[in-house]
Amino acid sequence: MPNEISVTVNGTRHTSSVEPRTLLVHYLRDELGLTGTHVGCDTSQCGACTVVVDGAAVKSCTVLAVQADGSEVTTIEGLAQDGELHPVQEGFWEEHGLQCGFCTPGIIMTLHQVLDEQPDPSEDEIRHSLAGNICRCTGYQNIVKAAQFAAQRMQE
Amino acid sequence: MIAGQVSKLIGSRVKRKEDPRLITGEGKYTDDVILPGMAFFAVLRSPYAHARINSIDTSAAAAHPEVLGVMTGAEINDRCAEPFPLFAILEGMQYPERWPMAATKANYVGEPIAAVAASSRAAARDALDLIEVDYEPLPVVTDMESAVDADAPVIFEEMGSNLCYEASDQAGDPDRAFAEADGVVEARMEQPRLIPNPMEPRAAVAEYERSTGNATLWVTTQNPHIERMVAAKMLGMPENKLRVIAIDVGGGFGCKINTYSESIIAIALAEHIGRPVKWAEDRTEHFVATSHGRGQAQYVEAAYKKDGTLLGMKLKIYADLGAYAQVISHVIPTLTPSLSPGVYGIRDIGWTTIGVFTNKIPYDAYRGAGRPEAAYIIERVMDLIADATGKDPVAVRRKNFIPDDAFPYETPTGMIYDSADYNAALDKALDIAGYDDLRAEQKAARKDGKLMGIGVTVTTEVCGFGPAAAMGGLGGFESATVRVDPMGKVTVLTGASPHGQGEETSFAQIVADDLGVPFEDVEIIHGDTSIVARGVGTFGSRTLVVGGTAILKANEQIKDKAKRIATALLENKIEDTLDPQLVTLEYGLFSVQDMPDQYVTWAEVGSEAYDGQLLPEDEQPGLEAVSFWEPPGLTFPFSAHIAVIEIDQDTGEVSLKRYVSVDDCGTVINPTLVEGQIHGGLAQGIGQALLEQAVWDDEGQLVSGSLMDYAMPFAQEFPMFELDRTVTPSPVNPLGAKGIGEMATISATPTVANAVIDALSHLGVTHVDIPMTAERIWRVLQTHGRRRRGGRS
Repeated sequence: MPNEISVTVNGTRHTSSVEPRTLLVHYLRDELGLTGTHVGCDTSQCGACTVVVDGAAVKSCTVLAVQADGSEVTTIEGLAQDGELHPVQEGFWEEHGLQCGFCTPGIIMTLHQVLDEQPDPSEDEIRHSLAGNICRCTGYQNIVKAAQFAAQRMQE
Repeated sequence: MIAGQVSKLIGSRVKRKEDPRLITGEGKYTDDVILPGMAFFAVLRSPYAHARINSIDTSAAAAHPEVLGVMTGAEINDRCAEPFPLFAILEGMQYPERWPMAATKANYVGEPIAAVAASSRAAARDALDLIEVDYEPLPVVTDMESAVDADAPVIFEEMGSNLCYEASDQAGDPDRAFAEADGVVEARMEQPRLIPNPMEPRAAVAEYERSTGNATLWVTTQNPHIERMVAAKMLGMPENKLRVIAIDVGGGFGCKINTYSESIIAIALAEHIGRPVKWAEDRTEHFVATSHGRGQAQYVEAAYKKDGTLLGMKLKIYADLGAYAQVISHVIPTLTPSLSPGVYGIRDIGWTTIGVFTNKIPYDAYRGAGRPEAAYIIERVMDLIADATGKDPVAVRRKNFIPDDAFPYETPTGMIYDSADYNAALDKALDIAGYDDLRAEQKAARKDGKLMGIGVTVTTEVCGFGPAAAMGGLGGFESATVRVDPMGKVTVLTGASPHGQGEETSFAQIVADDLGVPFEDVEIIHGDTSIVARGVGTFGSRTLVVGGTAILKANEQIKDKAKRIATALLENKIEDTLDPQLVTLEYGLFSVQDMPDQYVTWAEVGSEAYDGQLLPEDEQPGLEAVSFWEPPGLTFPFSAHIAVIEIDQDTGEVSLKRYVSVDDCGTVINPTLVEGQIHGGLAQGIGQALLEQAVWDDEGQLVSGSLMDYAMPFAQEFPMFELDRTVTPSPVNPLGAKGIGEMATISATPTVANAVIDALSHLGVTHVDIPMTAERIWRVLQTHGRRRRGGRS
């Protein structure tokens, strides 16, 4: 039996009918066409699907769409405001924090929340904050630098 | 600044053109393709490593209300004109035919058995459970060495054994070298299989137009043109009726070279049900559906003199090919003996390479492909000799280096090293690391009972493939089309389709410098076979070397024609005739010496090329050039790496404290992109040394079969890598580039392995296999005691 849900995604309210088993990530990608959020695994290890739900970075492959009923969701598509990149996005571009780009939206959404909570993290704190995200291309070095760039930019 | 003037971009840290779309969610990966009426399909895979398929009943699946079509092995294979093609067949090699699905017998866990198309992803997956297959399990072969024993079960009965090939050869006189030696070191070394795990799993979307027979395949591939060739052949389609598209590809590391069954199934299903179809691999599916890498057992004997000179080597290498050979996977193990001399002047080597079929998913290229296995052998051998002779590993390496003035240098295994200066790279690495201080620190640490290790390697590898002779039928060229439009903007079509390397940026830098146009005016188009006519693709660190040079060659033609058009325009301006030979192109402006005020721009030339009113009589309109370029030889980047590790005596856990990476890839177009390749390469090589391995049980089940069970490196595993470089341009291409995609991976594994063994050497440990997990090191510590003194100091 499909369930009706109402979710605000990137500031726009959507009312949809979904199967109870539909994952939030599939709802975002297949129903709303927001394909910037990626599916990298099926065991909640890789973090490619990370989005922000009501202020918390969550793995959208581990949340049912019905659980997001009434929530505010921000995806990678909603991060830049009025054509201006978020400092974390800027950091990734400036510091070459991405190569293939597949894990990138999830890592950006994770760091977006990390920096909200800890505006001036140490290198070690940044590395540990990425324990739920896997990148196979960058060796993480420039992702750490991107986070440091963003932290500095956000304090300016 | 004069209009059109640009700064020198080659060698500059230019920010990537591809990033704005990738950091905002506008990338176009295969699974992002959504077509009207699109169905989804899922693949039923064999749960057995070896089993006869007695019967398969799909009636319940077909009756599912959302199911649109089902195909079994018999049906899909019947639709195919031929099996998977193989390239570069080796002398005396035997191999089984391989079709998209197993119809009568499954030969590895994960082999496709049937596919179901349905109106949703979930329904397709539901319907898989409704298919009933009667399997009859057969004896399983998992161990590559005993697989060729006389009493081993034979996977392909028609072949009579599990041997794909056994290739023996020698260079020089290894027996004499061993007879003259002061000593011999020997070891058996394991190269576990690794799971590539690019973060984007594989995916395929197909659309089939029944009225015309034209098909389009969106697919996660490193080489859309090879994919088109293989898929068209197998489906009996003309190549010009199949369009393959791969715009954004989320990493590959070699596992996206092969054309997989799902591409063929996708096109056949789209044709069958009359709707577009999509398949997207789950991560856990990836572990048994996408080829693995490495997988060798290496028997090494090395003869040395007391002064540390390596006199000769004898190698016996088993390679676990899995159940089938694919593309050129069978050739990869032969690169291992070919590269086994490394950066050293050894002349006497004997080798045997044994390619073996087992009941495992096929093996294929994984970042380095055959060369990491070679670097591992020779760099472990250098440390074994250092240990046996009581000499410093750095001194032993220097003693054996190919001299700096010996290049181009032909190795005893027939490789022609293009250029190198190993001492320069090593000097730099030692200097950055503070090697002497590190050794002093290690001595003090040992006095305090701590386990600290320093690993040093100097390695080389082969890349920049072709020429054609090195490619076994895949083609050794790359293609480029350079087009200047009426606004003077430049579009470049490249056959070297990237999957994260940043070619849209590095290639644009080359074009901007070469033509003198602004970087922003250059667009690089790739990954669509209906736009880019031909290409080979991205693997073996070849794209800059071969694809970059193809662009330069097309530019030459463009510049020649543009100068002729510019001459006509200048003549019109000055109302006089000009010798076209005197017209020069500098900073994007065409002018004649002595008349600096008279010039024409690319926009004027571009406009005139199509407007055509002032074109010389013998000149046709248009400003576009196509170039195919095949390199005359291979390139050999090299590196000197130093790792510092510590071992927790209680747990055996290894922590990487420092990593110094000095790499030489010849000319550098964009240092930031090169460093990115090195960072990522190091992470993969270090992961191989410390964490990663595919583990199988005796029934051929992959025990490390998900991201929960397979140890991928995370951010906290690494320190900040310390990078530097030397620049020794390659003489085999006009860019002087060598390639950097795989170098760091190749070096990192033996560097870290050497460091860990160095930390244990005073306990009498001479070799430990990778991955050097906490458990494995803890066991070594239990058997070798914790605080014995002696050994290398």
